[in-house]
Amino acid sequence: MSIRERLSGNEAIATAMRQINPDVVAAFPITPSTEIPQYFSSYVANGKVDSVFVPVESEHSAMSATIGASAAGARAMTATSSCGLAYMWEMLYVAASDRLPLALALVNRALSGPININCDHSDAMGARDAGWIQLFSENNQEAYDNMVMAFRISEHPDVRLPIMVCQDGFIISHGVENIELLEDDVVKNFVGEYRPEHYLLNASEPLAIGPYANPPYVMEAKRANLQALENSKKVMLDVAADFERISGRKYSFFESYRMEDADYAMVIMGSAAGTGKDAVDALRSMGIRAGLIKVRMFRPFPASQIAEALKNVKVVACMDRTESFNTVTGPLGADVRCALYDAGIHAKFVNYVYGLGGRDVTVASLTSVYEDMMKIAADGTVGQTYRYLSLKG
Amino acid sequence: MKTDIRKQDIDVTWQNLNPGTVVTGGATAPEFNTGEWRVNVPVLDMDKCKQCLMCVPVCPDSSIPVKNQKREDFDLMHCKGCGICAKVCPFGAITMKEGDE
Repeated sequence: MSIRERLSGNEAIATAMRQINPDVVAAFPITPSTEIPQYFSSYVANGKVDSVFVPVESEHSAMSATIGASAAGARAMTATSSCGLAYMWEMLYVAASDRLPLALALVNRALSGPININCDHSDAMGARDAGWIQLFSENNQEAYDNMVMAFRISEHPDVRLPIMVCQDGFIISHGVENIELLEDDVVKNFVGEYRPEHYLLNASEPLAIGPYANPPYVMEAKRANLQALENSKKVMLDVAADFERISGRKYSFFESYRMEDADYAMVIMGSAAGTGKDAVDALRSMGIRAGLIKVRMFRPFPASQIAEALKNVKVVACMDRTESFNTVTGPLGADVRCALYDAGIHAKFVNYVYGLGGRDVTVASLTSVYEDMMKIAADGTVGQTYRYLSLKG
Repeated sequence: MKTDIRKQDIDVTWQNLNPGTVVTGGATAPEFNTGEWRVNVPVLDMDKCKQCLMCVPVCPDSSIPVKNQKREDFDLMHCKGCGICAKVCPFGAITMKEGDE
């Protein structure tokens, strides 16, 4: 029997971590993810978990300690936000190149500057090329579910990669909503015991992890990392199928919302997808064929599946909650456009930067994107392909 | 996981590379070709060598093997071509030649 609760996103993640009962958690506080290690350290103090909690002196150390614990053979995790993730940057690549399964709860917050504590996806996008798996969540329920599924994907022998579970800062992390939790023993059985094949504390098999790689090795190591990411697509689907059996909730690469017969499709990630669905419902009630694709798995990017879902639409609006300053497109826009091009799909394409640093995203503002798409279809031309949403001036 | 480190040589394919470039086994450094970045190579003239062994302790790696108190030819699998041995040799028995062989 599932448990009906009302929790914030941070509480939901901390609850998942308690149920997973990892061997090691190493974390450093930063807004808005601070509550996650705060709640978790109280579970440690109250004997609710068997975990070792390492109160490190920085995020660089948090990721280093998590890597060390994973290399030693432990199930290890951490949490952070924004500049904390940026401070982990060096070690994020090491976690992936060492092929260490571990989990990071990311509470998305703008990177400085200007300094700001509110939501956007610039922190996660900085880690985009680090070789990790990245899952995005629309609400507290998805943040919880993604975290329960995380280790099954990360630790799979065909994958062995670090995984990042992303939720929007404050909007999800501090917003209290209804949630259905799984019972502790159900999660425990689902996640299972971690039994690594090779680990540093195995005295009968001496190992060196993270050696210097000369030029003859680096490209081969990256190609193997890429293959592990490719493999993680199928593993993620298998884990999602198992998860559906215990929860009744269905997950995939992305959610297609009212995409059947859609002429106008928005591609979006995170909490704003929920707002977008409200806009779609209102437009559909007026007879407008609006649809939405909410990307859940951003790395690896499910390019062919997204192209397939968009093959019949007239206009695609891709929503980037970050600025990548190439003056052409955001990172999600680049990936979606790439997927469409490779599939030979010539739908009109427009890319929006939205919601930076906590700028409000409303049903009205996202409805205006659909109105823009209708105008593009009517005019037969896109005009400015890279736009800012809700910008003054 | 491949446990024979000699199979992880510089020709290893991405499919056969140990996941995470993990090095299996202990004390494997001698098996590992670190001489591949050399751009100059030391050449020993045995006729000029007086076996003073001045070159041996200055080698920053372990590329000058000694047996029965006599040095042997260079271990090019580990020599980085730094040329310190050539500078130190009082008899001009070591010269640095361009190229890695």
